Amino acid sequence: MDACVDIRVQEASFDFGAEAGAFAARQAGMGAVVTFTGIVRDLDGSLDHMQIEHYPGMTQKALEGIARDAHARWDLGGSLIIHRYGALAPDEMIMMVATSARHRKDAFEAAMFLMDYLKSRAPFWKKEATREGSAWVAARDEDEDALATWDARDA
Amino acid sequence: MDILYFAWVRERIGLPREALHTEAATVADLVAELRAREARYDMAFSDLAALRVAVDQELADWDTPLAGVREVAFFPPMTGG
Repeated sequence: MDACVDIRVQEASFDFGAEAGAFAARQAGMGAVVTFTGIVRDLDGSLDHMQIEHYPGMTQKALEGIARDAHARWDLGGSLIIHRYGALAPDEMIMMVATSARHRKDAFEAAMFLMDYLKSRAPFWKKEATREGSAWVAARDEDEDALATWDARDA
Repeated sequence: MDILYFAWVRERIGLPREALHTEAATVADLVAELRAREARYDMAFSDLAALRVAVDQELADWDTPLAGVREVAFFPPMTGG
């Protein structure tokens, strides 16, 4: 994997500001940096924590493959994916992506692409533990539809 | 061959992984073999549309051949991000 792709799968929390700043500082000659951060949400106040399971042997490779696809489709300087697993409390950060490009359109679209693909093609599973019990989060049809839209689009 | 289970598939079958000697030619054959073992397997695999499979850590299909394969994983649709 080339140096401009940085993939980290970890249990520990991360410092979003520090990571975004360090990523931006590495992107020589790039005019645009886009970041996205996913946060554990507690829609009705009943969530105790979110348990995230993953497939250790496959996760890193799957994320690298998705990042490679993004670099093949857009003119990117670099990309970063950090994704956590384990028990996460409401309002904790689950993951972040960052992309850089000469122009903002490439950076925005590539960040969207990374999010859409890692939602349905990276081996993570979320389980919500509430006061009433725990339940696996179901995948949504819209998430698959988003991939079909990218597939239908010319690179 | 190592068989791995994740999320509710792991919970229904009751274990995260097991080693299996199998002559199954494809993933579908392996599923049929597992379902014939015990009710908990039969239940876990009752709706294949709700399941995904990875063969040697790459997403695969039910008709993917198993010759030379070392690891097969079964799990529900992924919910990353």
